[in-house]
Amino acid sequence: MTKQDIVEDIALRTGLTKKEVAEAVELFLKKIGEALAEGKHLEIRGFGTFKVKERKARMARNPRTGEAVPVPERRVPVFKVSKVLKDRVALT
Amino acid sequence: MTKAELVELIAQGSGLSKKDTGVVVDLILENISRALCEGDKVELRGFGSFKVKERRSRKARNPRTGASVDVPSKLVPYFKASNELKALVDGPSSRGTSAPAAQ
Repeated sequence: MTKQDIVEDIALRTGLTKKEVAEAVELFLKKIGEALAEGKHLEIRGFGTFKVKERKARMARNPRTGEAVPVPERRVPVFKVSKVLKDRVALT
Repeated sequence: MTKAELVELIAQGSGLSKKDTGVVVDLILENISRALCEGDKVELRGFGSFKVKERRSRKARNPRTGASVDVPSKLVPYFKASNELKALVDGPSSRGTSAPAAQ
């Protein structure tokens, strides 16, 4: 499933134009990204929670040369699936 | 941030009413959830993808009684962030020199 499929389904079900729905879908993704970039969490009941986690700096190895490379600390987006959705997927 | 705040932000940007925006947001979530239930994956360019993984059946122990219990195999949904989203969240300040910069 892609954005296109989601947009078409929603346009069909709401009577909104595909253009209006596509814009809302893009904004949905963009605003979640912006919130995470600001370090904010987003909790969506029955779906899951988008969060930002800190990864500590560490030493890694270049697997080709075996050379040690420092990996700086960084922030990564994570999504924790809600129990409701987990159970729904597990039961089907 | 809550779903209500997210709806508010989208309504401001799109010019749709809050009511219509709320319906669209619920339908986005419903579409993703339904796809995952059907074992389908959802790829959202520039954001990430939602997929389903199979966890193998295993034997576990009831920590209280020590009895061995069979845990059946099951499907679990997960999200993989796109390189774009990862770069956005990490910010320009801490991006490593060895990592390829995402657009």
